[in-house]
Formats: sequence, C-alpha cells, structure tokens
Amino acid sequence: MSCVKKFLCVSCPVGCSLSVTVEGAEVLSVEGNTCPLGEKYARSEVANPVRTFTSTVRVNGGLLPLCPTRSKTPLPLSKVFDVAREVAQLTVDAPIEIGATLIKNVCGTGSDIVASRSLPRKHRDSRELENSA
Amino acid sequence: MSAARQVDVAIIGAGPAGLAAGAAARNEGAERVVVFERDWEPGGILQQCIHPGFGLHTFGEELTGPEYAHRYLTRVREAGVEFSLNTMVFQMDKPVLKDGRKTVTFWTMQPERGIEQIEAKSLVLAMGCRERPAGALGVAGSRPSGVYTAGTAQRFVNMEGFMPGTKVVIMGTGDIGLIMARRMLLEGAEVVGVFEIMPWVSGLRRNIAQCLDDFGIPYYLNHSVCELRGRGRLEGVGVVEVGPDRQPIPGSDKFVTCDTLLLAVGLIPENELSRMAGIAIEPITGGPIVNEWMQTSEDCVFAAGNVVVVYDLVDFVSREGERAGKYAARYAMGRLENAKREFKIVPENNVRVVSPQTLTGEDDVTVYLRVGSPVESKCRLYAEPGLFSQRLRYARPGEMNEIKLSASQLKSLASDVTRITVGLEVL
Ligand SMILES: Cc1cc2nc3c(=O)[nH]c(=O)nc-3n(C[C@H](O)[C@H](O)[C@H](O)COP(=O)(O)OP(=O)(O)OC[C@H]3O[C@@H](n4cnc5c(N)ncnc54)[C@H](O)[C@@H]3O)c2cc1C
Ligand code: SF4
Repeated sequence: MSCVKKFLCVSCPVGCSLSVTVEGAEVLSVEGNTCPLGEKYARSEVANPVRTFTSTVRVNGGLLPLCPTRSKTPLPLSKVFDVAREVAQLTVDAPIEIGATLIKNVCGTGSDIVASRSLPRKHRDSRELENSA
Repeated sequence: MSAARQVDVAIIGAGPAGLAAGAAARNEGAERVVVFERDWEPGGILQQCIHPGFGLHTFGEELTGPEYAHRYLTRVREAGVEFSLNTMVFQMDKPVLKDGRKTVTFWTMQPERGIEQIEAKSLVLAMGCRERPAGALGVAGSRPSGVYTAGTAQRFVNMEGFMPGTKVVIMGTGDIGLIMARRMLLEGAEVVGVFEIMPWVSGLRRNIAQCLDDFGIPYYLNHSVCELRGRGRLEGVGVVEVGPDRQPIPGSDKFVTCDTLLLAVGLIPENELSRMAGIAIEPITGGPIVNEWMQTSEDCVFAAGNVVVVYDLVDFVSREGERAGKYAARYAMGRLENAKREFKIVPENNVRVVSPQTLTGEDDVTVYLRVGSPVESKCRLYAEPGLFSQRLRYARPGEMNEIKLSASQLKSLASDVTRITVGLEVL
C-alpha cells in the first residue's frame, strides 16, 4: 500500500510544498519541487530527517559572554535535544576563531560543533575593536 | 565649530547594506569611503541571527548571520573601506549646493572624538529597520515586565547571555518570532504558542516548518493577544479569536499563563535621519522613494537595505547595497549624469509594496514587490506595457517577488510612456 506524505522543503527560502508517495520506506515519487534539491530533501525526510543545529556556548574572557556555534553538517532531528543539552554544558576560553571545532562528533551524530564567529579577548573593560578609520 | 571632516562617500550603518555599499563604492573608484556605525563592530543585525539561512545566492551555501558578516567583511576590508565604529549619527541637514555641487552634512557622536561634523560628496543611508514595539499595538491591561520585541530577545539570548523568561507566548508570525520560538525552546523555555491576527502566516513558510512543526509548537491564525495581565512581572495574556473583519469574536477569549511575551509584529524602516534631511518617504514602504540607482529625492543621497523596504533575504540586501554604493561613488566623482527620463512604477491588482518606485530606464533593474493578500493558486505577475510576464504557482505577502527589466527594453518604450504598471492577475 502506498501513501502520500506532505512536506515543506526547507532547503531554500522558496519553501515548496512536496507531495511524496511512499510505499513502506521506499519513495516512489516526489511532486511539487521546483528544483532537484527538493527531491533530495523529500528522500532524506522519509529516511531520516536532518537539520543544521545552531546555538551558543559560554565564553570565558571574551568580548561577548557567548559565542554562536553550529553543527558543521546537518544532524538527525531526533537528536537535537541531546545535542542542545551537550552544547549547553560547554564553556570555552577566548579568543575563538571562526570555524574552530568545539565538540567533535557531538552525541555520536558524526557532526562536529564549530564556532560560527570569531571572538577576541576582552581588553580593558570596554567593548572596542580596532577602529581602522 | 571646527571645520567639518571631508569624505567622498559616507555610509550610515554597517549592516549588510552598508558593507556592500562600501565595497562597491571603493571598487567603483571613490577615494575616501567611510562607514559610520553606532555599534562596536560591523555586521548589523546579522551578528545576532545565529541561525542558518543566509547567503544561498551570494555564496552558494547556507551560512549563519555571523558567518555571512565575516565573509562579507573580508571583501570589504580588502576593498579599502574605512570604518568609524562606536559612532552614532544623530543629526543630518538637507543637502545644499556648495561650489556648484550638492553636498550633505551630518553630525556624529563618538566617545573619544566627541561631536563631529562630517561633509560628504554623497551619502548612502543604510540604517536598517526597527521592530514595531508593544506601545504601537495598544493592548489592554497592565504594563508588567516580560514583554519584549522578538529581536531584542534574540540579542539577549544569542549575544548578551540573558534568558528573557521561562514560559513564552509569541504574538505575530514574523520570521524573527518563529526563529525565537525554536531558540527559546532549545534554551530550555516552554513555548506555549504563536498567535497571528491575520488568516495567514507573515513569515516564510519554511520557518513554520522548521521552527514550529519540527518541535510541535502550536500556532493559531485569526487570533490576537488582547490583554496583558500581571503586577511587576507578566503572569499571562488574554487571547481572542477574530472574525473576518479582524474584530474579536465575543466569548472566544481565554487566558494563557506565561511570564514572557515576544512580539513579532512587523518591522519599520529606520528613517529619522532621512526625514531630517528632507528625503521624500513613501507611505506604504515607510522608506525613501528611490530609482534603480537607489537614488532618493535628494540626488546626492542614496539608500539601501531595510531602510528602503524590509527585505526577507540578506542576499537581496547585499545586491541592492552594491547598487547604492556604485552610484553614490559615481555621483561623488561627478560621473553620474541626471537621468533623461523617469518612469513611475504603479502597483495594481493586489501588489502592495514595490521598490524601486521610479526608473530612469538607463540600467537593468530588479523590481521587488510584495502582494497584499496571499494567492494560493496559479497566477501571473506582469509589468505593462508588455515588459514582463511570469506564471507563478502562488504569491504570498511573506515572500518577495522579483521582476527583472532590461535597459534595452525600457529604452525601446515609446517616448510618451511614463508609467509602468505592475500587478498580479489570478489565472
Ligand atoms: C531580527 C532579524 C532577523 C532576520 N533573519 C534573517 C534570515 O534568517 N535570513 C535572511 O536572509 N535575512 C534575515 N533578516 C533580514 C536581513 O538580515 C536583513 O534584511 C538585513 O540584515 C538588513 O540589512 P541592513 O544593512 O539593511 O540593516 P541592519 O543589518 O539592521 O544594519 C543597520 C545598521 O545601521 C546601524 N545604524 C542605524 N542607525 C544608525 C545611526 N543613526 N548611526 C550609526 N549607525 C546606525 C545599526 O547599528 C546597524 O548596524 C533578518 C532581519 C532581522 C531584523
Ligand atoms: S524544491 Fe528547490 S526551490 Fe523548492 S524549496 Fe526546495 S530547494 Fe527551494
């Protein structure tokens, strides 16, 4: 018995409505996508939905008390709360370079948590960056 | 007062619009290009938008806000743009003729340099937008703490390290509110629900899918928050269902317990300075009237980004910022001639917002527009006379549409044509 599942493609801001005909775990057809990414998205949504995870970590001695982070690659949606808890435990020391790996293979998902900005050390007690003017 | 500091192209605001304008102005050949920014670092709103969703068009991959800012800043620094950070522009004059050419003068405040007067050959307004606050809504009840705009909460949670509360209601379906629903949940708060007064969602549908549906957060269309309750701190909100006339349906009200209300009810272009300078503002967009050079009613003043019209994608902002910077540089170098023609773009048939509003016809242009109410069936987007026609599967207020017109098309229009109508026809 095949059935039709409805998804909204989140691969780009267009947000196409997808109708996916599945039989068991097998995708028979995808309709409604404007581009090939939509079909790829639908297949992954049926097999194992994944999302890019973003959050912040606490920072010691940084210009800001937090540094934004992201998962380097999308990770399983079902693991998002586990990952959120693990990331919330972490505190790192400034300075931080954008792209630096902060947690390897987070919660066994195969994805790393990396810094998504650079954060210099706090100097004096003002928030000042080099002013090139 | 001491003599004014001279710059060639001044840019107010170091968000994506200002950064793009700065780089483009330098690449076009302008000498002294200075970006004035009140914050301590460039990047604008991008720095607090830590979620992915930026730069698919510009960089071919999905970046977070800070990553987009970082990449763009590298380009901008290479181009030789100067920054004046921690600098608030607080006053601006109407441009005046000086030695036969227009110049614009404004005042800045900076902790070390104090108050300074700056004189620029041309200027790009890139101040972004601000959120519609609680006061503008006129909700009944008490005035407890715990009511924030979604963007303020975003800055607290993502940059400053504060949690606004533990049990959250969101009013409005703007993208920032939807993104904050997910964010508050992942930070350990309970998100009770999202209430939208209109019968449709105002943000991108992908944000409903990945911020609400993924996490089972309910949302209610045709619903509004009508009362704030609580002494000192918010204890809950009254919520009511509205009919097709947007009026409350009697007996539909209920009380929702929460300690935090986030407002995501719209953005307004930030144009106090533009008004001081006597720039003509379009009532519907709330931004300056511009042509495809992003030139305002004062020919030495250009504008780009959310100060002109609230864009949904940063890529569009960067693209229009580049335009503004390029033509501002040409103006500063005396290489921008007055346009020979002017076409007025007139929206009709459900098209509400258009930008730019006028065209010189001398350059290829992308006209951005938004519909007033959603069309969920096949429709046709057009520009007349005979310039553009495209079939769409739907058109929604939350998503901008683009009409691309070429200079050669516009130049071939009969000399008595001064209006271009753009509209959306349901098929
Ligand atoms: C909260 C929020 C979330 C968003 N999320 C997304 C998203 O997920 N994906 C996406 O593609 N787009 C998103 N957008 C849209 C996109 O990021 C914006 O359209 C874009 O940042 C606008 O750029 P801008 O340069 O016009 O304004 P801004 O980024 O707001 O920059 C304006 C700058 O001007 C400065 N300024 C203002 N007034 C003065 C003054 N008087 N003197 C000195 N400096 C001044 C401000 O400090 C600020 O740095 C979001 C927008 C907002 C507001
Ligand atoms: S199918 Fe393609 S165009 Fe449609 S939302 Fe997905 S990625 Fe975007």
